[in-house]
Amino acid sequence: MTTYYTKSHEWIRLDGEEATVGITAHASEELGELVFVEAKDEGTDVAAGDAAAVVESVKAASDIYAPVAGVLSGFNTKLSDEPTLVGNDPEGEGWIFKMKVSNPDDVTSLLTAEQYKSL
Amino acid sequence: MTDSLQRTPLHALNLELGAKMVPFAGYEMPLQYPAGLMAEHLHTRSKAGLFDVSHMGQIRISARSGDVRDAALALESLIPADYAGLAKGRQRYGFLTNDAAGILDDLMVANMGDDLFVVVNASCKEQDAGLIEAALSNRCVVTRQFDRALMALQGPQAQEALAPLCRAAVDMRFMDVIETELAGVPVTLSRSGYTGEDGYEIGCAAADAETVARALLAQPQVLPIGLGARDSLRLEAGLCLYGNDIDTTTTPIEASLAWAIQKARREGGSREGGYPGAEIVLRQAREGVSRKRVGLMAEGRAPVRAGAKLFADAEGQKEIGVVTSGAFGPTVQAPVAMGYVATDYAGNDTALFAELRGKFVPVHIRAMPFVAPGFKR
Repeated sequence: MTTYYTKSHEWIRLDGEEATVGITAHASEELGELVFVEAKDEGTDVAAGDAAAVVESVKAASDIYAPVAGVLSGFNTKLSDEPTLVGNDPEGEGWIFKMKVSNPDDVTSLLTAEQYKSL
Repeated sequence: MTDSLQRTPLHALNLELGAKMVPFAGYEMPLQYPAGLMAEHLHTRSKAGLFDVSHMGQIRISARSGDVRDAALALESLIPADYAGLAKGRQRYGFLTNDAAGILDDLMVANMGDDLFVVVNASCKEQDAGLIEAALSNRCVVTRQFDRALMALQGPQAQEALAPLCRAAVDMRFMDVIETELAGVPVTLSRSGYTGEDGYEIGCAAADAETVARALLAQPQVLPIGLGARDSLRLEAGLCLYGNDIDTTTTPIEASLAWAIQKARREGGSREGGYPGAEIVLRQAREGVSRKRVGLMAEGRAPVRAGAKLFADAEGQKEIGVVTSGAFGPTVQAPVAMGYVATDYAGNDTALFAELRGKFVPVHIRAMPFVAPGFKR
């Protein structure tokens, strides 16, 4: 499975029609230790660039955007009790939400790992 | 960052320490160091943290008569605190008011024996110095010392960290102020701060700032702490941030700061009133106000932040206040906030609701500070 990236520092990994979304290690470092993570309800329709979740550090709240259009299909409930999981493993155990994407091909218009790194 | 931003005397050291610098009140200031906000906050509560707060304004006021009491009486024409009754070597909180009893700035004033030593907020320092000069210049000489450095050493191990460098620090009590030497450098040292912990604030010449900072950072208890943790520490301590929790639209009584107006300046006191907006403050103290600044804690873990509206009901029908500061409290391990609510809802433990991303989160009015103070009285 290929991971794609956004300019707003999300990553998305597609498995068939369902994708997993989180924030990049770079974003996590910038935000600092998280104290709260919450996604919009399952079933919420999102367009590419819509706020789908929020992560909060002590000082600030930051929206996490849907990289492509789709329907939210799950939240990493482990983060409710352990928001620091995002910082510890941002692109693995610290994933934030899942979504059914409207058009799987949409992800190919996002950034590749190499393109993201060169930002 | 633009060239128009000013730098503190500790700028080079801040960069060397790996600080993330941000613009604040016209200065390039350290938001956090590599340890990060959370670790810095907790370190300050358990050991000792060093803060660069050189952006704040230091002002000296001496009376033309030579008697510091005359300077104190003159300053009382702008501030509703008892400074004429402030003993030599002691410091006291206060605020400048306008004719509408709004708060122009909050500050610390110390009686240094020969003159007054005043510390004001960075964003207000030009305004404050101008105001004080205009009102006092016939009776006093007002000296801006905006080029001086100011550091804060805060935390339960602050005394232990400072003692090897400055023996005199050990015998000071909360709100004492002395002129002394620290690591061989002349400093103005107060036992006070903005974190709710025991600690000191250290004023010195810009050229000596790095010597002092390096000597303190060499102590095993001390880590550098940024403005991010300074904000969460002061919020847990229930202390106001000028511009957020108090400003020209809030009066001292609405802001629950009546404690900072000593008996001599209250109704029936020997120097009752006599400052801008005094009639309003005296009336509000007598008759009450329609809104009050209170502490708030939200249920769950989601921080309720500045600007969040407060409601009496879970449906968001009856708006009764607003949050002015809010964050996740690293020591409390819960969301903490302060804000203004209609007086009918200002009682401790009153259940309210804060609007958060379109939902209404249960919050309760709670007594401040949210953490037990560590002052050495």
